[in-house]
Amino acid sequence: MSILSLHNLTYSYSQSHESAIIQGLSMNVHAGEFISIIGVSGSGKSTLFKLIAGLLEPNCGEIRIHGEKCTTNRLGEVAYMPQKDLLLPWRTVLDNCLLPWEFNRKPSRGHKEEVIASIQRMLARFGLGNYEHCYPNELSGGMRQRVAFLRTLITGQDLLLLDEPFGALDAMTKREMHRWLLGLWGDLHKTILFITHDLEEAILLSDRIYLLPSEHNQTVQEIHVNLPRPRQYAMNYDPHFIQLRKDLEQRLYEKTSI
Amino acid sequence: MRRPLFKQWAHDYGWSVLLLLILLVSWEAVVALGWVPSFIIPAPTSIIQALIKDSPLLIGQHLIATLEEVSLGFLLSVIVGVMLAVGMHIFRPLEKTLYPFLIISQTIPLIALSPIFIMWFGYSIWSKVAVVFLTAFFPIVVSTYDGLKKGDGDYTELLLTMGANRWDIFRTIEIPMALPSFFSGLKLSIVYCVVGATIGEWLGGTKGLGYFSRRMASNMHTDAMFASILLLSLLGISLFMMIVIMEKQILKRRGSTK
Ligand SMILES: Nc1ncnc2c1ncn2[C@@H]1O[C@H](COP(=O)(O)OP(=O)(O)OP(=O)(O)O)[C@@H](O)[C@H]1O
Ligand SMILES: [Mg+2]
Repeated sequence: MSILSLHNLTYSYSQSHESAIIQGLSMNVHAGEFISIIGVSGSGKSTLFKLIAGLLEPNCGEIRIHGEKCTTNRLGEVAYMPQKDLLLPWRTVLDNCLLPWEFNRKPSRGHKEEVIASIQRMLARFGLGNYEHCYPNELSGGMRQRVAFLRTLITGQDLLLLDEPFGALDAMTKREMHRWLLGLWGDLHKTILFITHDLEEAILLSDRIYLLPSEHNQTVQEIHVNLPRPRQYAMNYDPHFIQLRKDLEQRLYEKTSI
Repeated sequence: MRRPLFKQWAHDYGWSVLLLLILLVSWEAVVALGWVPSFIIPAPTSIIQALIKDSPLLIGQHLIATLEEVSLGFLLSVIVGVMLAVGMHIFRPLEKTLYPFLIISQTIPLIALSPIFIMWFGYSIWSKVAVVFLTAFFPIVVSTYDGLKKGDGDYTELLLTMGANRWDIFRTIEIPMALPSFFSGLKLSIVYCVVGATIGEWLGGTKGLGYFSRRMASNMHTDAMFASILLLSLLGISLFMMIVIMEKQILKRRGSTK
C-alpha cells in the first residue's frame, strides 16, 4: 500500500507557470520504504518537502497521504525535519523533544509522563542518556542532529521527511550517524523520505532513489537499490554498490553537462 | 574563591574607577586651590557633607517621592507598552494605525506639554507619572515589537508541521525570541524614567529630588543641589542594575539565541 503518492504535482513560487520549480512530478512511496531524493542544488528538493508537509500548496496536481486525497490543511500529517536542526536554544533536550506532544491535540497523544518516559528510553538508545537536561549549545553537531531526529520521531507520524539531516556534519560524524541509523532501521517501522547530496549515503541507506529533474532533464528518474538488508558499511566495496554508484554518477553527470 | 572574583571585577571596571578617582581628586584640588568659587562648583567633599547633613530629608522624603513616581510610571509604561506591542504584532491594522502616532508622541517636547498635565492632574503625583510614562513607554513598545517580529520563519514552519496554531507559535517561539530585545527596552526605559520624573518635578511639585535640586539651585545651595543630583544618578544606576540582574537570571541558562 502506498503511504504517499504524488500525481502530476506542479509548483511555482511566482505566478507564471513557466518558471515552475516542480513540474508534473509524480512519485509513489510505500509503507516501510527508505527513499532518497537527489537533485542539484536549487532543483526544488526542500520545496517538495514543504509541499508534502503542507507548508505550501501546489498549483496543480494531487497529494495523497495514506491513500486519502489531501485538501488544503494537511499540516500535522507527516513529520518534517528541516535542513537546520532548529532546536530551541532556551529549552533542554527533553523539552525540545516534548514540543510535538505539546501541539498534538488528538486524544491519542497520551499522557505527558508516558511521553517523557518514552523520550528518555529513546535518548538512552540514541546514546544521549545523560544529556536530557542539557541545552542544545552544550551538544556536538552529531548529538544535536540525533535530538532533532528524535523530536521528529516523537510526532508519532509514520512518514518522516528528512531534509539533508547529515548535510552539515563532518565525514567522520556522518559515518557514525549512518551506522547508527542503519542499526536503528530494522525496528523503527517508519517510512522515510531523505534528501541528500551524498551518493554513497543514498545508496547505503535507501531502497529506492529518485533523481529530481533539472533544467536539461525533464523527467524524474527512479533507481532501485537491490542490496540486502540489514546493510553494513562494508557494502561500500560490494561490486553491485560500485556499479550503482557509477550509474548514478553518470546520470547526474549527463544531466549537468548537456 | 574571593580573589579571582575581585580580580575579575578589577579587570572589568578598574580603569573606570581609576579615572573616576583622578577626576574627583583634581576636582577637589581645583576648588581647594580657589580656582573656581565653590558656589559654582562645590568640592566633592562638601557635596558629601551636604548629603550627610540633609540625608533625613533627602532620602526619607524626596528620594521616596521620586522613587514612587518612577515606579508607577515604569509599571504603567511596561503594561501599556507591552500591550501595544503585542496588539500591533498580532493585528496588522493596529500597527498601521498606531505606529505614526507613537512616533508623533515622541516628537512633542514634553516640557511644552507639561502645563497641560498640571491642568489635568493638578500638582498630584499623577502629573509626574504622566511625564514619566510619556518618556519611558516608547522604548518598551519599539523593542518589544521589534523583538516579537524577529520570530524566525524556519522555527514557525517547523512548529506548523507539528500542528501548532497561532497561539502556540506566539507562546513557544515569539515570546522567548523577543525577551532579549524586551530587556534592552526595559533598560533604556528605566533610565528615561528617572529623567522623566526629574523633569516632572521641575515643572511643578512640592516633593522629589528634582524639585529639591531646583529649589537648592535657586537658593545658591549648590552643594545640596549636587547632592540631590548624585542621589538621582545613583537611583538610576541601581534601578538599571536591578534590571540587568533580572535579565541575567531569566536569560541565564539559554544558549546562543540567534
Ligand atoms: N520562499 C521562496 N521564494 C521564492 N523562491 C524560492 C523560495 N524558496 C526557494 N526558492 C527558490 O526555489 C528554488 C528551489 O529551492 P529549494 O530550497 O527547494 O532547493 P533545494 O533543491 O532544496 O536546494 P539545496 O540542495 O541547496 O537545499 C531555488 O531556485 C530557490 O531560489
Ligand atoms: Mg534544500
